[in-house]
Amino acid sequence: MNGRTISPGKAEGEAIVSPEPIGFYGGIDAKTGIVIEKGHPLEGECVTDKILVFPCGKGSTVGSYVIYGLKKNNVGPAGIINKETETIVATGVILAGIPCVDQIDIEKIKNGDRVVLDADKGLVEIK
Amino acid sequence: MHLTKNEEKILNGENGEVMKRLFRLLVRLGDIYGADKMIPVGSVQVAGVSYKSIGDPGMEFLEDMASKNAKVQVLTYLNPAGMDLEDWKKYGFPADFAKNQLRIMDAFRKMGIVVTATCTPYLAGNLPRFREHIAWSESSAVSFSNSVIGARTNREGGPSALAAAICGVTPNYGLHLWENRQPTIKVKVDVDLDFNSDFGSLGWYVGKQVKNKIPYFTGIKNANTDQLKALGAAMAASGAVALYHIEDLTPEADLAKSKGLESITVGKKELKSAYEKLNTGKKPDIVILGCPHASLREISVLAEKVKGKKLKKPVWICTSRMVKEAAERMGYNEIIAKAGGSVVADTCMVVSPIEQMGYKTTGVNSGKAANYLPGFCKQDVCYANIDDLVEGQL
Repeated sequence: MNGRTISPGKAEGEAIVSPEPIGFYGGIDAKTGIVIEKGHPLEGECVTDKILVFPCGKGSTVGSYVIYGLKKNNVGPAGIINKETETIVATGVILAGIPCVDQIDIEKIKNGDRVVLDADKGLVEIK
Repeated sequence: MHLTKNEEKILNGENGEVMKRLFRLLVRLGDIYGADKMIPVGSVQVAGVSYKSIGDPGMEFLEDMASKNAKVQVLTYLNPAGMDLEDWKKYGFPADFAKNQLRIMDAFRKMGIVVTATCTPYLAGNLPRFREHIAWSESSAVSFSNSVIGARTNREGGPSALAAAICGVTPNYGLHLWENRQPTIKVKVDVDLDFNSDFGSLGWYVGKQVKNKIPYFTGIKNANTDQLKALGAAMAASGAVALYHIEDLTPEADLAKSKGLESITVGKKELKSAYEKLNTGKKPDIVILGCPHASLREISVLAEKVKGKKLKKPVWICTSRMVKEAAERMGYNEIIAKAGGSVVADTCMVVSPIEQMGYKTTGVNSGKAANYLPGFCKQDVCYANIDDLVEGQL
């Protein structure tokens, strides 16, 4: 699949897919990489070293700093794939240097799929 | 987006890793919003300053930037901090909170940012000119500079404003372009506005109605800059209004196309209903004025009202350090302190941890504060004009 580069870089890993938007501030613990938002489809799961797939971001703009914190604490996702990356996530992945593409038909990616992300070219491949 | 040769070099890392990353952020945001190029900015105001808002992730990011020698290229001011940076002990701000807040301020200072902490930079030495491109963050400051001064800024997030300060440019889109500054709805005001809180409730009501549109007001006969500050702040809080025009009062009103727009009317009934909706509490245990930060005129009004009297409950008036200094020279701070009140600098009730300081009901005359206090600070709100609020405590 071909999308738009938000933040360059390459990554490969297991997909963790959220059908719901993710708000990083108050949504994911920057120290552990575990989803902490009550009632979120990914609650209790860990995003570390995975390819995190979700439609778009939501919530506080401090979320950008949480994405940066995840990476700095070595518990961040290996890459991010969105339907539409809005500015909170875009800001976070660029500051953190996490590869990210958007404008991808994310319904085609299933939890546990092995995904190769070439964000330099905006390419997503399911193995 | 078109980039100059110099800008390409920044993107290739010739000015270092920090610049590369921050510049990439600006380019990407420009692409998302359809900017054609970068434009130089005259000044920046950075949000995301209070430890209460940005927490450990924000603090660590800022310290990391400072340790990598990131330096701002233009005059850069800060949004209010979570406490009075000098007298925090006196007002009872928690010590562990203060420690983190001071670490944040230190990181900003290392980057060459003026450690000001105010939502009214234009009253404290950061005044843009008409049509100057700037990158400001705080929503009421954005509204004031766009609407009252006629400078041009989008509402920046903390990191994008910091990137603009360090790179000296911002992507050219949105409110930087004249075609996007045209009014999109007409608001006919058919009620007399006396107190600043009247402007606050008008703004709160209109913001709810128009959301992120650009209102063109008619029927506001006169308003000073304190009242325009109150109006814009409330509209930015209840809606997402970043620019408004007022017939015969604001600089771009005559130039804008205001014919043939859908229109709404605000009369006595609407203003009264806004007052009622903003009131969620009964008796305040603290009154906090100065949202956005008080001007010297607003502090002088409070000093006049409490001169030689005793307040039953604490009354704070929040302002910038610069204005507090001027008020000190005029003796206003002493008059207010003798009555039992405080002139608090560098912070405001919305970003400070007042809920941790034992307050449950706050009296305010600001539509913006009344909008945010229930959610951000778990406060019930008494919304009234300054006379009723202060006289209630005498």
